Amino acid sequence: MSNNDASIVLEAKGITKQFPGVLANDRVDLTLRRGEILALLGENGAGKSTLMNVLYGLYTPDAGEIWIKGEHVILQNPGDAIARGVGMVHQHFQLVPVMTVAENVILGSEITKLGGYIDKREANRRVRELSEQYGLEIDPTIEVEDLPVGLQQRVEIIKALYRQADILILDEPTAVLTPQESNELFRIMHDLTEKGVSIIFITHKLKEVLAIADRIVVLRGGRSVGAALPSESTEASLAELMVGRKVILQVDKDEAVPGKLVLEIDGLHVQDDRKHEAVKGLSLQVYAGEILGVAGVQGNGQREFVEALTGLRPSTEGKITIMGEDATHLTPRRITELDVAHIPEDREKHGLVMPYSIADNLVLNRYYRAPYSKNAILDREKIAENGAKLVKQFDVRTPSIYTHASSLSGGNKQKVIVAREFSRPVKLLIANQPTRGIDVGSIEFIHNQIVAQRDAGVAVLLVSAELDEVLSLADRVAVMFDGRIVKTLPIEEATREKIGLLMAGSEA
Amino acid sequence: MELTAKRQAESSNWFIKNRWWVLIGLILIGSVIYAYATNAVVTTAVLASTLRQSTPLILGALCGVLGERSGVINIGIEGQMLLAAFVAFLANVYTGNLLVATLAGLLAGGVMGLLLAFMSVTLKMDQIIGGTVINILAVGLTGYFYVSGLTTKGKFQPIPLGPLADIPLLGPVLFRNPPITYLAIILVFVLHYVLFYTRWGLRTRAVGEHPSAADTVGINVFRTRYINVIIAGAIAGLGGAFLTLEGVGSFERLMTNGRGFLALAIMIFGKWTPLGSWGAALLFGFTYAMQTQLQFSGVNLPPQFIGSLPYILTILVLAGFVGRSRAPAAEGIPYEKEG
Amino acid sequence: MTSVPAQDKGKDRAIGAVRRIWRSISVPLVAVLLGLLIGGILLFVSGANPFEAYGALIKGAFGTPVAVQRTLEKATPLVFSGLAVAFAFKAGLFNIGAQGQLLIGAIVAAYVGFAIEGLPAIIHAPLALLIGGLAGALYGYIPGVLKVYTGAHEVIVTIMLNYVAINITDYLADGPWKDLSPGNVVARTPKIQPSAEIPILGNIPLGFIFAVLAAIIVWWLLYRTTLGYEIRTVGLNASAAQYAGIRVARMVILTMMISGFLAGFGGAVETLGIVGRYQPGFNAGLGFDGITVALLGKTSPFGVIPAALLMGAMRAGASQMQFSAGVAKEITDVITAFILFFVAADVIVKWLIRQRDSDDERIMLSSGWGGN
Repeated sequence: MSNNDASIVLEAKGITKQFPGVLANDRVDLTLRRGEILALLGENGAGKSTLMNVLYGLYTPDAGEIWIKGEHVILQNPGDAIARGVGMVHQHFQLVPVMTVAENVILGSEITKLGGYIDKREANRRVRELSEQYGLEIDPTIEVEDLPVGLQQRVEIIKALYRQADILILDEPTAVLTPQESNELFRIMHDLTEKGVSIIFITHKLKEVLAIADRIVVLRGGRSVGAALPSESTEASLAELMVGRKVILQVDKDEAVPGKLVLEIDGLHVQDDRKHEAVKGLSLQVYAGEILGVAGVQGNGQREFVEALTGLRPSTEGKITIMGEDATHLTPRRITELDVAHIPEDREKHGLVMPYSIADNLVLNRYYRAPYSKNAILDREKIAENGAKLVKQFDVRTPSIYTHASSLSGGNKQKVIVAREFSRPVKLLIANQPTRGIDVGSIEFIHNQIVAQRDAGVAVLLVSAELDEVLSLADRVAVMFDGRIVKTLPIEEATREKIGLLMAGSEA
Repeated sequence: MELTAKRQAESSNWFIKNRWWVLIGLILIGSVIYAYATNAVVTTAVLASTLRQSTPLILGALCGVLGERSGVINIGIEGQMLLAAFVAFLANVYTGNLLVATLAGLLAGGVMGLLLAFMSVTLKMDQIIGGTVINILAVGLTGYFYVSGLTTKGKFQPIPLGPLADIPLLGPVLFRNPPITYLAIILVFVLHYVLFYTRWGLRTRAVGEHPSAADTVGINVFRTRYINVIIAGAIAGLGGAFLTLEGVGSFERLMTNGRGFLALAIMIFGKWTPLGSWGAALLFGFTYAMQTQLQFSGVNLPPQFIGSLPYILTILVLAGFVGRSRAPAAEGIPYEKEG
Repeated sequence: MTSVPAQDKGKDRAIGAVRRIWRSISVPLVAVLLGLLIGGILLFVSGANPFEAYGALIKGAFGTPVAVQRTLEKATPLVFSGLAVAFAFKAGLFNIGAQGQLLIGAIVAAYVGFAIEGLPAIIHAPLALLIGGLAGALYGYIPGVLKVYTGAHEVIVTIMLNYVAINITDYLADGPWKDLSPGNVVARTPKIQPSAEIPILGNIPLGFIFAVLAAIIVWWLLYRTTLGYEIRTVGLNASAAQYAGIRVARMVILTMMISGFLAGFGGAVETLGIVGRYQPGFNAGLGFDGITVALLGKTSPFGVIPAALLMGAMRAGASQMQFSAGVAKEITDVITAFILFFVAADVIVKWLIRQRDSDDERIMLSSGWGGN
């Protein structure tokens, strides 16, 4: 078992990894050559992250071999991988928020003097140096929690470079970036490959793969289902490989028939958790029977905006009017009772109570009303009936309505929330990142549900960092940047390029 | 690039940056000098007693700080101290050697630390329950094995530190103490240094804040937690040894009398830092010392009112100042690699 | 957490019920056996005869009707303090302050019991119980309010309030409410009026029946009312509770008050049904034991009763064991510690009895105390 090809820096053979109930990787093979960008394409749950964690020593495979630079290696822990020049930028950043950039970079490979004393000055110098060398523009002395996500990602890249990584694994790096920022990242990636770094780039975005990869490997259901060259592939052919069937990339919908004004926001100001102003005078209107898509890079105040709108966070200035009623300072319950439905951004934090059964979760904001309770006493029968009905109607895949929400897949968790929010009279739907991190089947289902709501005359406010989602669902597109809506365009005028520029803060 | 973070205005001037602490320090020094000028004997006695009373508390709090900084909540400090106090006492009874007895106390505390680490890191047990198990176990074991009538050959005596001990006020207060008290003060500074300026400290804090971040750069989360919690246990053990070898001189049932729980409060009060905890422990020590002093001086107040003062003070301070301080983010949560 | 009972019909239902009961009691049962085993080994190693000691323990706890009565008497306040702690856990709050709330309830009930004269028993005893409970609720209100409005963590505040409660009760029992009858030198309140006493029915203290009723009410409140749904939602996911329109701050305060009420009520039952007056030191540790009871009972209202009975039996039997087998009674604490260990470390026990691990049954209470 030797590889004579000296240009191969990393080779995985027959990697198999089993988790309770899931075969996450099933005999996967992979080769990476020096200085190339290999795109690893696959849906959520296809086993990409598992494979990368195996290559990074976080998981030990149940079977298979890893060869790095011609040497058969057994990676017990990330330290082993780091020592062989493997660096990884995780999808969820592995940074300690309360520590500085430099501290995060050196963690685990500290520069010390006598007695383990950390030489902070030298650490800062080294980080600054790396930052300049690769054009990353990072101040080493800032605490990471004060950095926007885009820059946090660069800290992760510096972390890998500081460890002299020449094999870099980037796990869904563009999920949090604007198209322009993504392009900037691609430039950095090209610079890196020219300096001899080899990159594995994990994504589910087809356009990016075609734009940047030298080679493409597609994973599905834990297996490697094909390899391709960008020059010989199209989005449709890759999508088919990825999903295993033909996918409709466009949501089917008719022209919107907007009705009367449902939601009006005027000059809204909201502070974030650390008392910084996150929403700075936001105004918009949503009409019955239309979908207003709010596009924008994560972290431009969308979360604070939606939380203020739904009563979860106080606003400091401005006015919210729902169906002609002043809803600026109403409690979440009063807002819900105005027939407002809310699909929260973080389904595990706000949307569901994990240790509760599906049935209990399905009455989360209606438990106190008839028929689910009477005189403050719960009616278990009615709650169960409601659960059984909705599980069927919304195609939630679960063994029982008494199953705990925690044991559902991401897509099914989201369906529980959608079922709860759509199963009562709704006039305004606020959907924040409704399909983040779920499988294509569930995405299609939820998209169709949202369009159906629109067609039934509901005003829909869709907030999404996935530009494709906004472009395929919305009737009008509002671009959010730095706490404001910078422009609202009808869908016909909303091209990717135009929106991308607006998302980055420049006037189109 | 629009996305560069605003740098927070940071003054390089230490005195301005820490102006409140400087002010408090000045007021404290001023009042001590005033008190000393008014009544030298009582002032010296109160301050010396403050330090002595604070010693077991700061040792307990340091135990808490180390554990929580690495992500393990320890409500078993009380039990760790109690058992160590007992073991140190027994060692003193049977060997008559105070050094051996101290080491026995350290060891007992360390073993209890090991037990806590085993429960919370390996078994991933709820850490509150783990601590409670230790507390009950200590009460049971010490009570079961305790035989009354055991006598020791003495306890640690103050060691004057040469000419330093003759400085007025400072000498008797700081430089005329028994060894464990000295050790406690040294530990405060050493641990503060280790936690915030060394590799070990950086790794420990990373493990307590974001264990998976530490894991991905090759730091062994389990080992880091084990070592910190064991050392922490040994420090609590030193606090226990203080009680039997330096403070009281013998063992009584339940003699820790809630000090381990107070230590927790002191740790939070001190914002999870050794120096801060020391300040809080001294404050407690001071109120205890005043309590005795006020009773002596015949102030006409029920002793229970004065006795409540330290606790009410803590509540007020907690509610007023440090209510929103931030605990290590990952504490209390057993670390599991995702999958 | 079995918030919704399954709705299988007929036979399935019966089998399901048996299986569920076995699942929920198998671990504690094995844990108790293991705890006794380790205690026995310790007894043996230290030169005592484990069989003789356990024999005396069991005899002292259940051997005679009087022994049973003593066990129930010891268990009664533990059920209340256990319920208090378990109830707070359901809202994600750790009420270490059950001890202080219990003391306050005990002394206030004593005051109502001795100071008011001429009331019929049917009014006097319930009144004293109720006021004792309310005093505990008030004492629980303080940490609740402080947590909500200042972010001061309830664990620290309640630890402090425990000490304050000891001081308050010591002061009252040795000052304004002191027993001034001739010949009394110790700090204690006068004996309560006969009309305030809670009677013993045969060998069953009425207080214990109250305790069982309290457990049923607490269960019903938690699992069958909207308030319980709200409290549990706050405890399991405060963000989701806020999303659901539940006023989290109000729930925190209310939960601490109900928890304090239960503890204070327990103190009152102890005063009116067992001690007959308030005397410092007589209630020591009952509130802290509530933590152990709640944890042993896996924070379930019905789990608290067997847990309290177990602890009560060990307390009641310990003196007999000390007397007739010459074994120090603290061995029961060692046994308790190991039982608690095995209940919490259920992975070990489940491995021993080859039971499949189900993740969501594990109790997780702690998640740091960093304010907000």
